[in-house]
Amino acid sequence: MTSFLNKNRPPVFCPGCTHDRITKGLDKTMVDLGFRADNTVIVTDIGCSGLFDTFFNVHALHGVHGRALTYAAGLKLADPSLNVIVTMGDGGLGIGGAHVLAACRKNLDLTLIILNNFNFGMTGGQYSATTPTDAIVGSEFLNQAEIPIDICRVAKAAGATYVSRISGHDAGLSDELGRAIQHKGFSVVETLGMCTGRYTKKNQLTPKVIDSMIEEMPREGGVVEENMRPEYGERYRALAEEKGKFPEPLIIEKTYELKDPKRQEMVILGSAGMRIVTAGDIVCYAGIAAGLNASIKNDYNITVLRGQSVSEILLSPEKITYTGLESPAVVLALSDEGVQRRQKIFANLSADTFVLKEASVTIPDTPAQVEEIDFKPLKIRKPDWALASLGILAKKELVITRDMLESALKSRFNDKVYNLAMETINKVA
Amino acid sequence: MALAFMEGNEAVARGAMAAGCNFFAGYPITPATTIFNNMLKMLPPKGGICVQGEDEIASMGYCIGAAMAGKKVLTATSGPGISLYSEHISFAIGSEIPMVIADVQRLGPSTGSATRGADSDIQFLRWGSTSGVPVIVLAPKDVRDCYWLTVQAFNYAERFRCPVFIASNKEIGMTKESFDLDAVQLPELMERTQFKGEAFLPFEAEPDKAPPFLPIGGKTLVRQTSSTHGPDGYITIDPNTIADCQERLRKKIHAHREEISLVEENMVPGTDTLVISYGITSRAVEDAAAALAEKGRPVSTLSLKTLWPVPEQVLIRAAERFSRIVVIEMNLGQYVNDIRRILQGKQVDFYGQMNGVLIPPVKIMEAIEND
Ligand code: SF4
Repeated sequence: MTSFLNKNRPPVFCPGCTHDRITKGLDKTMVDLGFRADNTVIVTDIGCSGLFDTFFNVHALHGVHGRALTYAAGLKLADPSLNVIVTMGDGGLGIGGAHVLAACRKNLDLTLIILNNFNFGMTGGQYSATTPTDAIVGSEFLNQAEIPIDICRVAKAAGATYVSRISGHDAGLSDELGRAIQHKGFSVVETLGMCTGRYTKKNQLTPKVIDSMIEEMPREGGVVEENMRPEYGERYRALAEEKGKFPEPLIIEKTYELKDPKRQEMVILGSAGMRIVTAGDIVCYAGIAAGLNASIKNDYNITVLRGQSVSEILLSPEKITYTGLESPAVVLALSDEGVQRRQKIFANLSADTFVLKEASVTIPDTPAQVEEIDFKPLKIRKPDWALASLGILAKKELVITRDMLESALKSRFNDKVYNLAMETINKVA
Repeated sequence: MALAFMEGNEAVARGAMAAGCNFFAGYPITPATTIFNNMLKMLPPKGGICVQGEDEIASMGYCIGAAMAGKKVLTATSGPGISLYSEHISFAIGSEIPMVIADVQRLGPSTGSATRGADSDIQFLRWGSTSGVPVIVLAPKDVRDCYWLTVQAFNYAERFRCPVFIASNKEIGMTKESFDLDAVQLPELMERTQFKGEAFLPFEAEPDKAPPFLPIGGKTLVRQTSSTHGPDGYITIDPNTIADCQERLRKKIHAHREEISLVEENMVPGTDTLVISYGITSRAVEDAAAALAEKGRPVSTLSLKTLWPVPEQVLIRAAERFSRIVVIEMNLGQYVNDIRRILQGKQVDFYGQMNGVLIPPVKIMEAIEND
């Protein structure tokens, strides 16, 4: 291939625009590297730099402002054999900052060419993330109150493995782009250039001035030794490969028949750390093993280690439709936090409802039958209260039976944990 | 007899796997996070890819890139995330990028309540893009629906080359239920049509169809763009080309809307009232209908699984013989106006609730009895 440039769509940049040189420079790089069009993709976003994809006869994806790196990552992850080159202006750099940082941290094998011309060319020369404080741009005085970003410093700090800065007018541009593209990992090349249509009308910027700007900035030498590490895609695939086992769905066999299956609702009111959700699950397993339908909803604090933990469980021989509880048969009141969370239900419980209340817990007045249990003298620790309560229910044949409970525990736990659980249950049974 | 026991979010993930999904990118957000967690366990053993974006915008961007490389992609989020997805939803709609987006809705507006359910986003999903181009939105009512509707969503995404939304709800996504997994009949899988001809133009298609697909990275060069384009995938300002493209985007879904009309109905002879609902609310409606039948005041019910495009003909046919329609929604009325539009001339009453909890059957009974 002697050129990838699309003869039908020649570059349309303003005369003197550095983008034009970079277009040709990138073309030469791809020719020099012996690229194939069919495994190369140019990804662009918005602005004059976003026209790049149209000038080349390679695969192209042109998207939303600042997001080019995200499409590039998706493409590269999906097809690691692709050469993925991203062009982005200083506008895209600013709006897509989070994506630049993430790309640096990930180190996916992509090349980002930043076309920094110090302003938004396409929309009228407004200031961008790289506009010098003393520049005269189309944003009145706003740039004078900010400082420009040095993206090379940022990229290095964020973990990029290749960072360089070069003038778009440098004779070595093609070679530099080639080094960046050949680097395995995420490489950033910041090119500095002139927007003749906007920026240079009011600001003294020539290739010479750009050279002296680069002189004055810290030197960027390409490979960033201290950041060197495996490429993200390879690392990802190696880690993913160790995950060999597909998690099959949990299927619970019906193992016995209930004499008189009824719809049963149950609420467990507890706190974080009391294994409320586990106890709720066990009730559901027990119900399903007895041929019932089951549903469970859990309500816990977003700070999971503190606050209430409430489980609402429904067992029914019929299909379960509405999953809100209407008249619970059983309420386990195991912590004040949990009780406070569902305070309102107590006054409306029916006289048939069985409330099991731990001795330390206070509950509002209720017409339900209340039984108190003190787990302390039984030497049952708080994290086992919910489980022990299930033992009490099984003994009374409320919601679950002893058989149901035992088989549910067996299906949920390994032998060791099962034996410990049965020890707890036997303390109350 | 054996029953599976899982939450709606796991069922979405299992549906996606059954549909051949091989790429997921997402960002943690309650109550959708467990879809991500499940995909992270399920995809790697099957050779698929599952990654976390740096934010929701990036997650969608990863999905767009992967879909254009030929992957079948899923992402999942909730209200605050769907807001951030919006710019890329527009991209996927306008540039015909197949993907499935699960929105496990929570109470809005804004950050709202992370752990409280509501059907907050029904209008957002339809209109949360720049263009007004039709989209496909499916609403599961239970865990079983989460499973098979996700497969259906992938089929639609592939066939119509568009994003397809699963409008789930915290109350389904994070509620575990038993169901007979083996008895679920999954729809036959559909894949996007691959281009077979000579000269490939990435957006050349029949006037009411999606264009045949070729992946970025294949032998034939592919162009994808978020900008207004003609069949060749280059920016155009030609009004006729633009008009044709816009019309096709509309028609490719609109002309096939009857094939996308998924509903569940329970027509009871001799009833004068039809109760229309969708999602989790349909379950309380079933209970309310059963209780009313017991009281000697039976009603018929229609539960919509396809919300967008509005299943117009189904609604017209179903409502024909009823003098009164009652619409129940877990919001303050996001869909009822479309039903009023379609069933003009009928008495359409509405009950909605937006307080973070499920609408109980008694409220629905009251709404039905208060005519
Ligand atoms: S406006 Fe500036 S960046 Fe855009 S083409 Fe003209 S000179 Fe180049």
